[in-house]
Amino acid sequence: MKAPETFEIPAAARVNYINAQYGLKSWLLTKDHKRIALLYLGSITFFFFIGGLYAMMIRLELLTPQGDFLSSTTYNKVFTQHGIIMVFFFLIPSIPATLGNFLVPMMIGAKDLAFPRINLLSWYIYLLGGVITIYALLAGGVDTGWTFYAPYSTTFSNSYVIAAGLGIFISGFSSILTGLNFIVTIHTMRAPGMTWFRLPLFIWAHYATSLVMILGTPVIAITILLLAFERLAHVGIFDPAVGGDPVLFQHLFWFYSHPAVYIMVLPSMGVVSELIANFSRKNIFGYKFVAFSSLAIAVFGFLVWGHHLFVASQSVYAGMIFSFLSFAVAIPSAIKVFNWTATLYKGSISFDTPMLYALGFIGLFTIGGMTGLFLASLAIDVHVSDTYFVVAHFHYIMVGGALLGYLGGLHYWWPKISGRMYPEGWGRFSALVVFVGFNLTFLPQFVAGYLGMPRRYHAYPPEFQVFNVLSSAGASILGVGLLIPLIYLVWSMRYGKRAEANPWHLPGLEWRTASPPPTENFLITPVVTWEAYEFAPPEEMQVIGKFREGTDLDAPIIGKS
Amino acid sequence: MEHKASHPALQHHFENLEQQREAGTLGMWVFLVTEIMFFGGMFLAYTLYRTKYPQAFASASNHLSLPLGTINTGVLILSSFTMALAVYSAQTGKRRGQIVCLALTLLLGLTFLGIKAIEYHDKYVDHLIPGRLIPGRPFDASGVHLLPGAAKQNVEMFYWIYFAMTGMHAVHMIIGVGLLSVILYFAARGRYGPEYHNPVEISGLYWHFVDIIWIFLFPLLYLLGRHLEH
Repeated sequence: MKAPETFEIPAAARVNYINAQYGLKSWLLTKDHKRIALLYLGSITFFFFIGGLYAMMIRLELLTPQGDFLSSTTYNKVFTQHGIIMVFFFLIPSIPATLGNFLVPMMIGAKDLAFPRINLLSWYIYLLGGVITIYALLAGGVDTGWTFYAPYSTTFSNSYVIAAGLGIFISGFSSILTGLNFIVTIHTMRAPGMTWFRLPLFIWAHYATSLVMILGTPVIAITILLLAFERLAHVGIFDPAVGGDPVLFQHLFWFYSHPAVYIMVLPSMGVVSELIANFSRKNIFGYKFVAFSSLAIAVFGFLVWGHHLFVASQSVYAGMIFSFLSFAVAIPSAIKVFNWTATLYKGSISFDTPMLYALGFIGLFTIGGMTGLFLASLAIDVHVSDTYFVVAHFHYIMVGGALLGYLGGLHYWWPKISGRMYPEGWGRFSALVVFVGFNLTFLPQFVAGYLGMPRRYHAYPPEFQVFNVLSSAGASILGVGLLIPLIYLVWSMRYGKRAEANPWHLPGLEWRTASPPPTENFLITPVVTWEAYEFAPPEEMQVIGKFREGTDLDAPIIGKS
Repeated sequence: MEHKASHPALQHHFENLEQQREAGTLGMWVFLVTEIMFFGGMFLAYTLYRTKYPQAFASASNHLSLPLGTINTGVLILSSFTMALAVYSAQTGKRRGQIVCLALTLLLGLTFLGIKAIEYHDKYVDHLIPGRLIPGRPFDASGVHLLPGAAKQNVEMFYWIYFAMTGMHAVHMIIGVGLLSVILYFAARGRYGPEYHNPVEISGLYWHFVDIIWIFLFPLLYLLGRHLEH
């Protein structure tokens, strides 16, 4: 069988985006989306480990029922800062700003994003927001919870609410600019022949995510701005003493912050769609359903924020409608899960590290999603509101979902990004460690929460100790599982085996250029004549009516060479 | 690959000027969508509190200067007209027309900001700056004629929303003035013509958008409830 056709240049004298230019300046002033992706990768990894440090402090405190490691005030700050860092500085930018930044142009056959300077600007904005937030943490911290509920945040809290809010406000614009860039790029920069329904599902997921980013983020921006003014000048918009309404804050906050969950999980679903199809070596089952379910999640996601206000004086009728709509989001999510499962059926599945993460995602996301239905039911939600059940639920979505997808994608595209292979044995091992550690951390929290253990206290009744010990033990395993990839990925950048252009032997456009790619991505503009995930050999293509006479350039890739 | 590819304004990652123009225009439209959502939060707060405290809002609204608001509305609409002419001049390659129209637009924008500043100053004199925004000069609604059923504290709520919305609008005007100054500079150097005029177009989109925000703000803040006075 002949070698897969690529749009790369000959291996000799190859210049790629990493060695094209040297020096700090060439990185800090780069307009290359791939370099900016690496800048983001470094910064979000930094924030991830800070957030993880806070998580470890939480788990350490909860090892015993007494509040003996942290005072209640410090504990309030620790869980707040864990939330703020993880949500706004790791999860929101995680996949879009790194993998998305790197791959959106490559997957559609473009030379760069539509606005390279805005792309670089978004990283600086993110960094500025991050620096201000870190200042807030070092100066004395924030104790409001990542939700900043008024009137506590506006009137009573004695911590650095405005600084932290300013950091989030600023970093929000980086998210807006990234979303804007993706939407314009996907609309206007697709290579000839790359029609909407030939787009990889990763692109559809990022398109949907970008919609949420541009529609939701401005609302949190104005909300935080109003909150800061309220705190600064006590103007009364959220203060009942002047006729204001603190519940308005909750509405505005969740109008962004619920869809924000989809900013985290939609790109992850895009990664998983890629992994499931490519590591089963099959066309994805129900391409259009998977593509449109991303858009459906983005749209429905905006209509469900009220399920965070079931116990916040919202009317029962509003509650019923929000409950119904929250159930409705389960439909597009389930469509994805069923289509992935159907794709696996009779596929040639290989259990490489990325696939392990993808399979883990499906299981954990399903648990997270199903327990979400518990919380969408009015009566059960009243019972488990503000308990560890909620904490466990959203960690299954954010860690079990978003983080696993991110790690899977990072391993999958690592050869393309770094030009080196990661050690497969260590990869599989750490994937399993992460999976076990994660479940041990958060599964007991469902039980503790259902039995009534409230969240956000540093002390708890002794009968919950067994669950907390399990959870803390799991957290330490999870921590180790996340450190291993950090070590071997950094190691592989220098010592890893050199990656071929197409180490997985896949048909996607990003695999048809060198690893690492040249600065312009493709030396000649690619012409796309194949469908996404076209694995079938020509004989079968002929039978299903998709076979076309063409040049070698047009040929879909046929299995391993 | 095309004869246009040699145009100095074409960026390296676009195939041709047409693609670049399309991307720029779509980018501005998407940005304007985010702006609508940004102002949307304040429109929501306005709707909520106006419904909750109609009398207080009407009283406070009646205290605003209708003549100044009306003049400002006219000024902005006129500036949109001159902006549209500037875009037309750029498309047809009339450099003089561009410079004159852009300068007029800038001037009208600055007029709007000047009148707005006078209005703000009037509110300052009347002790109507809400909360503790001005240290040592707390809000005092005693100068506002209260309609029956209106509570003083809710008058403060109106002024808070008034300052938040018009203030945010003014910030956008200032950004617009900066933007147009840059465009004017390049227009004077003859950068824009029939082949390449996208920066003028998308700045125009932005300018019109800021105008439209005001078109909504004016009736909501100045006009509603005027009839209740008599």
